[in-house]
This record gives sequence, C-alpha cells and structure tokens, in this order.
Amino acid sequence: MAHRRTRPGPKYLEWPAEGIETLSALPKLAGKILITVLIGGFLGATLVRLAPGFGVDEEDLDSRLSAQSIQALRAKEAREPNLLAFYFRYLNRLLHGDLGISRTLQRPVLQLVAERLPETLKSVVLGLALGWSAGFFLAVAIVMSRAWYLDLLGSLLVGILLCLPAAVLALLFVLAQAPARLLLGLVVFPKIFRYSRNLLARSSALPHVLTARAKGLGNMRVLVWHILPMAAPQLLALLGVTVSVAFTAAIPMEALCDIPGIGQLAWKAALGRDVALLVNLTMIVTLVTLVANSASDLLGRTFRVSEA
Amino acid sequence: MKWARTTAIVFLLAVSAACLLANVIAPSSYAHQFREEPNASPSRQHLLGTDDLGRDRFSRLLYGTRVSLLLAPAAGLLTSLLAAFVGGIAGFAGGWVERCVMAGTDLFLSLPWLFLLITVRALLPLNVSPIVSVLITFAMLGCLGWAGAARIICADAGALAQSDFILLARASGSAGFRLLWRHLLPNLKPVLYAQFWISVPVFILTEANLGILGLGVAEPLPSWGSLLRELEGFSTASAQPWQLVPLILFILVVSSFHLVLTKEELPV
Repeated sequence: MAHRRTRPGPKYLEWPAEGIETLSALPKLAGKILITVLIGGFLGATLVRLAPGFGVDEEDLDSRLSAQSIQALRAKEAREPNLLAFYFRYLNRLLHGDLGISRTLQRPVLQLVAERLPETLKSVVLGLALGWSAGFFLAVAIVMSRAWYLDLLGSLLVGILLCLPAAVLALLFVLAQAPARLLLGLVVFPKIFRYSRNLLARSSALPHVLTARAKGLGNMRVLVWHILPMAAPQLLALLGVTVSVAFTAAIPMEALCDIPGIGQLAWKAALGRDVALLVNLTMIVTLVTLVANSASDLLGRTFRVSEA
Repeated sequence: MKWARTTAIVFLLAVSAACLLANVIAPSSYAHQFREEPNASPSRQHLLGTDDLGRDRFSRLLYGTRVSLLLAPAAGLLTSLLAAFVGGIAGFAGGWVERCVMAGTDLFLSLPWLFLLITVRALLPLNVSPIVSVLITFAMLGCLGWAGAARIICADAGALAQSDFILLARASGSAGFRLLWRHLLPNLKPVLYAQFWISVPVFILTEANLGILGLGVAEPLPSWGSLLRELEGFSTASAQPWQLVPLILFILVVSSFHLVLTKEELPV
C-alpha cells in the first residue's frame, strides 16, 4: 500500500493529495489545449491559404461570366497575401466570436454551428452511452462467466462490426428504417468491447485476484474491489478516444441518414469545397475532442492517485 | 488460431491473384456500358448482373478490389515508412527532439481523422482524372495516417536505444546514421510489420467511407467505396441479393487482414 501523500502543515489544513494533483494539472491541461488549438488553427489557416484550390472557384469555370468578372472574383479571393496576417486576422475575428461566413450556405458559421452542434452532441452522447453500456457489460459478462460460447459470439459480432465502415452501417440503417442515432453506439461498441475484455481479462489474471478468488470471494466482490480498480484508469482514458471516434462516425451517419448536425454540415462543405467552413468545423471538433481527452485523462489520473 | 491466420492469408492471396488477373478474368471493362441491359439480373454473361448504367458488376468488383487491394497496402507502406522515419529518429535522439516530435504527433492525433481527410480532400483540385483521384485519395491516407504508428515506434526506438546491444555498438565506435540503420531499424521491423498490417484495413475502411460519401475515387473507376455506394439503391422489396456480394467480399477481406496479425502482435 503506497503512502498517502498530503500537504505538510497542521492537520486541519491538510488537503487530500489527489485533489491537489488534479487541481495543479488543470492549468497545464488548459494550456496544452490552448496551444494545440492555436497551432491547429494556424495549420488550418495555412491549409486554406496555401491550398492549390485557393482562389479558384466553380464560378471561375462559368462560361457566362466575363473576363472582368472572373478577374474581380479572383481579386476578392486573393485579398490577403500574407499568411501570418491572414492568420492573425482570423484569430482576431475568432476572439470576437466571428467564425466567418459559409461560402456555400451564405450564412455565418457560428450560427450554423449553434444550430447543428446540439444535434450532433445528442447523437454522440446517446451513441457513447449505448456503446459503452453494451461493450462494457458484455466484456464483464464474458470475463466473469468465462463462458466460451459468449466469448465466441461477442468476438464474431465485434469482428463483423469492425469490418463495416460507418457509412455502410448508415446505409443499412436507412434500409432497415432503424433509428439512426443508435448507429454511433454500434461504431463505438466493438472498440469498447475489445479493449475492456482484454483489459479485464488481464486484470482478472493478476495474482491478487486469483488469491481473492481462492479465498472464496464472490464474483461481484472480486469484480468491484479487485478487477475494476485495476482496469479503471485505462478504461477512463478510452472514454476520450471514443468521443473522437463518435464524432468521426457522425459524418457518414448524418450525411446518409439526413440528420442536420455538424457532420452533415462538414460533408456539404466538403462537397462544396467550402474550406473555411470545414477548417472551422474541424477546429471545433478538435476542441471538443481535446477537452474530452483531457477530462478522461484527468479522471484516470485522479483515480490512479486515489487508488494508490 | 494458426489455421484462421493461414486461411486468411490464403484467401487474401487468392483474391489478390484474381484482381491482378482482372484483365483476363473480367468479361468486360469496368467502364463498358451494356446500354440494353441496365439493372440486369445475374446471367452467364454478367455473373453479378449489371448496374443502373449497364456496367458489368463482376468486372467492376474485380477492378474495384484491385484498386483497394493494391493501393491500401501502398498507403500502409507509406505510413509505416513515415512513422519509422519520424518515430525512429525521435526515439533514437531522445531529449528535446523526442519531446518536440511527440508534441507534433499529439497535435496530429487530436485532429479528428475523417474531418481532416475531407478537409484535405476538399482542398484538392476538382478537375482531376479518375486515376489521379485514386492516387490522391490513397496518398492522402498514407500521408495523414502516420501519427499513431510513430508514437509506438518512438517508444520502441527509445527503449532499444537504451538496450545493452546498442550501448555495445556505441562502445565499438558505431554512431549516428550507421547505428540507426544497422542496429536500430532492423530491430524495429516487427513493430513496423504490425503497424503496416494494422493500417491496411483502416485505410480500406476509410476509403470506403470516403467513397460512399462521394469524396473518394472518381467515377468511372471503381473502388470499394463506389461499389458499396450502390447499396443506396438496394431495396428489400426488389430483392436483388447479388448486390450484397461486394459487401460480403469487403467484410471477408477486411476480416482477413485483421486475422493476419497474431494476438501478440495486436495492440490491447
């Protein structure tokens, strides 16, 4: 048993060490997120600015337009020649809550995001809840019961799901007229199941767990007091990863099942080559993913410290 | 599970051979339209029927599988090489080089994969030929998929750099590039091999996702993405089960790639 670290001083002023570690990690994580977003934003702005298609539009190919009109269109696109100036202008607008105007939809990006993000968040939360509960409980059932047929069934199901692209699942959902929001659960489920089963199986083979079993402890007690605490930090770390997986799968789901979320918006922006909108959407999803990753990392760390 | 692995390898070899011989096996070109026979049922002439443009489905399946089976491993190789280069140098050099490279890798990993892909895809020129579009799609997958593998390779290279045989090699006067090339890289081969086999099905799945969304390989060149897109028109009422053949082959091929790696080689 590790020594429980506390801040030195009078006993009534003692703070639990895990609380201090969690609090001190917060600014560091916030700084990391900020730096990542700033660098990511710069890379995004660079992509927009230096892309081979920048300044070239479908309108350029419109034979009805005169040479002067095309010249004017190109001049409008190439207003900002300096990349850094372009980025700082972008950042400045960002700080004022202005993400620009979508070229294809002719509406402010912020407004589009505000309308569509709740839809995607709803799908992601539902998908995560479904995927986690199904994957985790099936893994627990297999590890605790050690039933080979259940393991085989689970492995087959997961094997098939891992071989199906999210877009195919979306098409199958459309054909079956199944509720599309459940799709993200099916995308997340195999990852949770595989990881949890391996992790729980590894934890259940540890000497102290075997000793606990040999001493006659019940399945539930062994699981709750001996197996889960060993696996919890890594499982919590997986939570952040699954948020990213769910957001990624939201693109085909929303595009093919006609759900007006940011996945569908990104798809429409990609088809319409609305790079500025795409970069903004990518940055927003990156930010959400980073926050989710950091939160799960922090949770895992707190859990590990309190376990120690 | 050795039998499953052997079966998977044999199956992949058989499918690859059939696709490489597509010019011989396929009854027609993937773009040839039998205008009188759109949506035809399977027959001796068209083993899997024809699509709504009258193109032979079996030929398109062979050519489409060839595209994915040739280019996904090529993209996997590109990814593995990039990961070996970045991760190997970072792990070998250690210190601030490793920290900087890993910070860059973390940044790359925090970007959502499909969002990033469609952003880069949207940046590319519109008026490209199908061949260029297929090369662009897989090159993009190869160039953007290195970060995860680089982390693993960096960790392994870092551990190897501290090992006894590397210390011995250093003591014998081996240093720099020679040390990296002769001693470190050969010992990273198993990790690189595993990363390569992991990346191939990931790229096949991603290309399929992009293709179904209309952001992958341009028509008329078939790929699994465009073949699976046909499922949009599938209807249980019209009952054309042969339309499901590309999906079944796709599942078999991707699961075979998953089975190629042994349990020890797979990450947790």
